[in-house]
Amino acid sequence: MSTAPTRFDADERGWFGDPVTGFGGRFMPEALVAALDELTVAWHEAMADPAFVAEFEAILREYAGLPSPLYHAERLSQRLGARILLKREDLNHTGAHKIRNVLGQALLTRRMGKTRVIAETGAGQHGVASATAAAYFGLDCTVYMGSVDTRRQALNVARMNLLGATVVPVDSGSATLKDAINEALRDWVASVDHTAYLFGTAAGPHPFPSMVRDFTRGIGDEARAQCLEQYGVLPDVIAACVGGGSNAIGLFTAFLDDEAVAIYGFEAGGEGFDTGRHASTIHAGDPGVLHGARTYVLQDDDGQTVESHSISAGLDYPGVGPQHAHLAATGRATYLPATDAEAMDAMALLARTEGIIPAIESAHAVAGAVRLAEERPGQTILVNLSGRGDKDMETAMEYFGLNRTEAPR
Amino acid sequence: MTARTAFEKAAADGRAALVGYLPAGFPDVQGGIDALRAMVDAGCDVIEIGLPYSDPVMDGPTIQAAAQQALEGGVRTSDVLRTVEAVAATGTPTLVMTYWNPVVRYGVERFAADLANAGGAGLITPDLTPDSGPEWIAAADQHDLDKVFLVAPSSTDERITMTTAACRGFVYATAVMGVTGARTTTSDLAGPLVARTKAATDLPVGVGLGVSNGAQAAEIARYADGVIVGSAFVRALLDHPGDGDAGLRALTALTEDLAAGVRRA
Repeated sequence: MSTAPTRFDADERGWFGDPVTGFGGRFMPEALVAALDELTVAWHEAMADPAFVAEFEAILREYAGLPSPLYHAERLSQRLGARILLKREDLNHTGAHKIRNVLGQALLTRRMGKTRVIAETGAGQHGVASATAAAYFGLDCTVYMGSVDTRRQALNVARMNLLGATVVPVDSGSATLKDAINEALRDWVASVDHTAYLFGTAAGPHPFPSMVRDFTRGIGDEARAQCLEQYGVLPDVIAACVGGGSNAIGLFTAFLDDEAVAIYGFEAGGEGFDTGRHASTIHAGDPGVLHGARTYVLQDDDGQTVESHSISAGLDYPGVGPQHAHLAATGRATYLPATDAEAMDAMALLARTEGIIPAIESAHAVAGAVRLAEERPGQTILVNLSGRGDKDMETAMEYFGLNRTEAPR
Repeated sequence: MTARTAFEKAAADGRAALVGYLPAGFPDVQGGIDALRAMVDAGCDVIEIGLPYSDPVMDGPTIQAAAQQALEGGVRTSDVLRTVEAVAATGTPTLVMTYWNPVVRYGVERFAADLANAGGAGLITPDLTPDSGPEWIAAADQHDLDKVFLVAPSSTDERITMTTAACRGFVYATAVMGVTGARTTTSDLAGPLVARTKAATDLPVGVGLGVSNGAQAAEIARYADGVIVGSAFVRALLDHPGDGDAGLRALTALTEDLAAGVRRA
């Protein structure tokens, strides 16, 4: 795996850009600072230890099924008039890119001698991945999940239980992902001596944004090498969906210093801006501090966090990873919203043209590719297909009215 | 105005100071002002007014419930400053305890100016450490405000030195590794933390998290300069929903018990 620096890395205290007006940093209770410092040191040491890196790569290869293929979606390409390449993270064990992050963090947890992990989850994908990694390494696992989400995603609750994890429903606040993070942090303050927090995205206080990026950047390292090897060129443009932003930063990192490659992140446009029901944090939010980092936040005039909305639970978060905020502010990457309707259309399009049912999160990136292809006919567009859609079938059934025998239009 | 004077006055009387907390706007803005003034009348030496926030990661269920009720009631940052003004008018040092984002959103410099104008003594910042707070430190110094940062049992001696060097007013020692909330026993982590903190600074050291009665207050007052109580006050009001007078009576009785406790050590 690569640990090569880019021009867009954080400084040693986790600041992307200037340490007041930039993004990231660490806005956390003093009680957790020692643990975050300990984690920072352990992460640096692990990344510099060839034995750790080799073990991580071996687990990804033999257990998680990596590297994932880079696939030329020919029928979709024909339809859109551009060459569409899909990075098939949907084929990974547990069905998404998230397995890379949790296996990395759990391996680090074992190295640090801690015996318990906690995690937050929205739809349950990171919770399932965390429960999987905990089972693999023999660690105790507690997952915090908003009580609204435990009802919406009963199947994933059952998966986590089967994997041996305890799922704690969270009733506080809006009882969704951000409140699950709050509750996991409250647990961590009281358990930090023996517990690691497996943070689910490239957000939060330093070192999480950079550490999660390191564990997911294999997506882009693989895709870049595969693209050169299979097609002899770099892509003209790369695209990923952005909630917290772990799959996106995982793809983007390898390409950040390739100035000719355009980079696009697609946020959840929800029901559209005018409705106020969306999760387009960079596009519509303001700089602020949420969950330990300075970043863009959906907030009201008093700095109270505003509830986000997306048809895809994995993008339904009112903050965003600070490195994305930095990439947006510096102009290196462009972040645009894709609405619920565009994403669902893209889900159906990919299913019909390629026989691939994407996660609704990833369908936002496909929807982005549809737009990019219009602007860039004939170009090579590399899309991170970050997860598969099995978990979303209930939403799809409701949205498309699929309880019938003929295909909907 | 600095909270330090209240600690020094208590020390001159041979006792610890009693620091009382309630979120602003709970049960509503005027009810909150009445409650805080009752706490002053019954013996609180320093007042902390919480700024209700949507994502209070350091608070347990009791304070979360009060903050949520305040937010649902429509409390604004301007109401918090109005509450400060009404309580500070009693002459009791009055600080705001706030998560960082509402201050960022208001504007750090503007918040400091308006807090000083309202007669506030300063800020307690549970999710802002001095190494992440140069903007606040500059604004506080400009407006002559207290900067109360937290130390924790997990803090290294090096961090305690760094943190206390940036504090003004007093130092807030979190006695347990955990969130706010009344506990049945006091923590055995508090004593050693206060000793390590006092080795690093001449500032008064207040101990918070978990205190709910006079006996616990007396125990902490033996080694700390101040006893900080929050959730127990909130609980006194939560236990009397819709009956403001009963809530105030419970609040007064609790304050008197705690005030006797800090004098008993």
